[in-house]
Amino acid sequence: MLLEVRDLQVEFRTRDGVAKAVNGVSYGVDAGETLAVLGESGSGKSVTAQAVMGILDIPPGRITGGEILFQGRDLLKLKEDERRKVRGAEMAMIFQDALSSLNPVLSVGDQLGEMFVVHRGMSKKDARAKAVDLMERVRIPAARERVKDYPHQFSGGMRQRIMIAMALALEPALIIADEPTTALDVTVQAQVMDLLAELQREYNMGLILITHDLGVVADVADKIAVMYAGRIVESAPVHDIYKVPAHPYTKGLLESIPRLDQKGQELYAIKGLPPNLMNIPPGCAFNPRCPLAQDVCRTDEPPLHEVDENRRSACHFWRECMNG
Amino acid sequence: MAEAILQVSGLVKHYPLTQGILFKKQVGAVKAVDGVDFELARGETLGIVGESGCGKSTVAKMLVNLEKPTAGEIRYKGDDIGKLSGKALRSVRRNIQMVFQDPYTSLNPRMTVGDIIGEPYEIHPEVAPKGDRRQKVQELLDVVGLNPEYINRYPHQFSGGQRQRIGIARGLALRPEIIVADEPVSALDVSVQAQVINLMDRLQSEFELSYIFIAHDLSIVRHISDRVGVMYLGRIVETGKDAEIYDHATHPYTQALLSAVPVPDPEARERRERIILAGDVPSPTNIPSGCRFRTRCWKAQERCALEVPLLAVPAEFRDVSGPAAHDSACHFAEETVVVPAEETDADGNGNGNGPG
Amino acid sequence: MPEQHESEGVVSSAGMGGAMDLAVSEAETLERTPGGPEGTGPAGKPRSLWSDAWRDLRRNPVFIISGLVILFLVVISLWPSLIASGNPLKCDLAKAQEGSQPGHPFGYDGQGCDVYTRTVYGTRISISVGVLATAGIALLGSVLGGLAGYFSGGYDSLMSRITDIFFAIPVVLGGLVLLSVVTSNTIWPVIGFMVLLGWTQVYRIARGAVIIAKQNDYVQAARALGASDSRILLRHIAPNAVAPVIVVATIALGTYIALEATLSYLGVGLKPPTVSWGIDISAASPYIRNAPHMLLWPAGALAVTVLAFIMLGDAVRDALDPKLR
Repeated sequence: MLLEVRDLQVEFRTRDGVAKAVNGVSYGVDAGETLAVLGESGSGKSVTAQAVMGILDIPPGRITGGEILFQGRDLLKLKEDERRKVRGAEMAMIFQDALSSLNPVLSVGDQLGEMFVVHRGMSKKDARAKAVDLMERVRIPAARERVKDYPHQFSGGMRQRIMIAMALALEPALIIADEPTTALDVTVQAQVMDLLAELQREYNMGLILITHDLGVVADVADKIAVMYAGRIVESAPVHDIYKVPAHPYTKGLLESIPRLDQKGQELYAIKGLPPNLMNIPPGCAFNPRCPLAQDVCRTDEPPLHEVDENRRSACHFWRECMNG
Repeated sequence: MAEAILQVSGLVKHYPLTQGILFKKQVGAVKAVDGVDFELARGETLGIVGESGCGKSTVAKMLVNLEKPTAGEIRYKGDDIGKLSGKALRSVRRNIQMVFQDPYTSLNPRMTVGDIIGEPYEIHPEVAPKGDRRQKVQELLDVVGLNPEYINRYPHQFSGGQRQRIGIARGLALRPEIIVADEPVSALDVSVQAQVINLMDRLQSEFELSYIFIAHDLSIVRHISDRVGVMYLGRIVETGKDAEIYDHATHPYTQALLSAVPVPDPEARERRERIILAGDVPSPTNIPSGCRFRTRCWKAQERCALEVPLLAVPAEFRDVSGPAAHDSACHFAEETVVVPAEETDADGNGNGNGPG
Repeated sequence: MPEQHESEGVVSSAGMGGAMDLAVSEAETLERTPGGPEGTGPAGKPRSLWSDAWRDLRRNPVFIISGLVILFLVVISLWPSLIASGNPLKCDLAKAQEGSQPGHPFGYDGQGCDVYTRTVYGTRISISVGVLATAGIALLGSVLGGLAGYFSGGYDSLMSRITDIFFAIPVVLGGLVLLSVVTSNTIWPVIGFMVLLGWTQVYRIARGAVIIAKQNDYVQAARALGASDSRILLRHIAPNAVAPVIVVATIALGTYIALEATLSYLGVGLKPPTVSWGIDISAASPYIRNAPHMLLWPAGALAVTVLAFIMLGDAVRDALDPKLR
């Protein structure tokens, strides 16, 4: 396994109390594999990724438990300067908002080249050539001329390509993409997603795709981890989960999105709101919103039941859920 | 079609680009909206879809009088809004209300929910006498599914979905006939989007509302709309009933747009033929000649650069009846199945017309 | 950029990472604790921003302390004889620079006047100059700045050039030139001068705050309802733009009391026999080594006053922000 997160726990200490953002998350991704982490805002999907990358704001954040094994090493036990070498070179991150992730006063060529100057000790001239090469790889037209341009001179889709180029620069083994296409228009979204998938195959990288979009997941993921209130509630290969979800939350999400190829009458809506992370309901965190909830759900936190060899569900009633 | 309560024709909005500080000289224009026509019937929902920069939000702003059109007419029950003033204009404004996209910025953080929803009555005092207003506000809270006791709370005490309900309640306060909703759910979480869409559905039948529903999410637009208009660079390029657009699209842009939408079904991955458009949307300051989509279109020929395609039923479909015969502004309109329906397994690529 | 917000909205749609995630769920917490800050039944009285702010302020110890200090200062500036029985102008040169003694706790100044009495009597002038000058710049600056920010266009360009001119005038030099030709022995020329040179400070802040506030969707929403410009300005923009103005004004208040001292020291501000802290501070400053008490008391009074106003400004600003409740 390229990356394995085991029982990760993250809290945020704020003035108003302790928010338990991640409560025992475990997932893994292999080289060449795409894991989609699906969840709504507040589910802890981004916080987990930030902990893996080592870019969590500490404080107020605090990792209170768990391991992050990357190529066999526990990243949480590394010193900060060792960690820094991993970041960027061995694992890289793509953010949602490319415009604010790029420095507006440096040309994109300088920003791409910087990676090589800092990590590989290349000369400025060689780094510039590498930057052009990277821009060509992410299919930016007229790369040789545009390498001197500044971020604002590129369109949203092109900027996201530059972000991808930057992430790829040092040929990392793992890429974490946090909502990489959410800010883009659908037609551009498709271009960027395709490019990302293609480059992943080419470099045989592991990809963790963090998203709230069930459509994007269905298009590119191999397996899915669904997060709710800082826990993984269901994990499964992509085909299984869309056919028969084994957790009522996943089921609710799938039923609540309107379909392009169907026109229904009333949409199924999950009632209520996501829980407050400072005050997660006892038992199963989803119980106040769950149509299947029984007394046991209000008292006992469900373990991750083994549905089959590759599938887990944190629901006491996963059998009932799958049967109808 | 039922009686049209809103008719829009030749609607244009150009923002001049000027140079110089003292002596301003116009050097060009951002052609945000460049000739849009549509009608809205009572009780109907017209969906307008398009990518960012296509002008759909500008259309919304002109409908609620936030922007003055550069040219064109907006007729409400036959009266040209641009020619009205005083009392008549106020009564039209009352009848066309807006729901905004971002529930975090569209509510004044320093006003209580009661003040926010009650403000329409203060601006249009003739609608409700002072003594009744508070009760009316509480009724509205109840209608949109919020606890009427929340009247003294501030917006930040609510979640995104609840705030959007407050925004909808404000839009309903004056009992309008038309609601213009600009991306009303795009800022919300998936599980909450469905709640708000269902609410809007319910309110439509309860209050006989007509909706102009503007969004970039094609799936949501299909769900809620009776008719759909697809906008590209300031113009509607294809319009028709929802099935005509989604199942029988004839404009290449619509087809590309539909094929790009990720479908939450991993099985469809293999079945679907994706049309991936090259490049980006051109700048609205420099719109291509002829057909504005030609720079990204795989079908483009010489004729497309010379001749502006009109929004009408294309010649090849004029004599056939059926869902393909709807307005489409393309010289080479052609029906393509891009969204394979669930029942019909297999060949989505039979008619697939992608570039490669 | 007419459609810029479309894409921005999409950005905000999906929680931008952890911090944002938390912020959202934080907002959601409050509504699930029924009753909220105060149980508000359906029969509860309608509340407004100002009444809520007032309720909040009454419970804020910072506000109570600073408010009491300011109340005390105002009372003694109106009726200084309440706590000081002497006459500030009755001096005895023989006692010049003498320290504390019974009946004269603060000692005597260089002219042999009682420092305690002078400090008490000086309150009136210093507070009047500070409060009036600040009120003047806040009023003028926020009205002109607010209008410039709201209506933009030609008026804004013109006003901005004018403020640039005022910014170019050095305060002390300007004071020397302008005030030296004034013969009046009242505080008005000094206040007038302060407002004349100070309003641009508030103008810039107010203009910026209004420009930010007017871009919010709720302003568009009000406009779409048909709200008039005055309603939008007063109900929607002013409350959301007032915080930075309050901050600047409270800081300015302190600097104006100090500026009055500076101008008096230079001989162009207030002139004896007017009694003010500024005059006393400047008179005492040459003797700081031998008789520090002469400087300490008026300067201490000045410091307490400035601090009280700054604390008050802080408390008011927080109370006007419902998010902090």
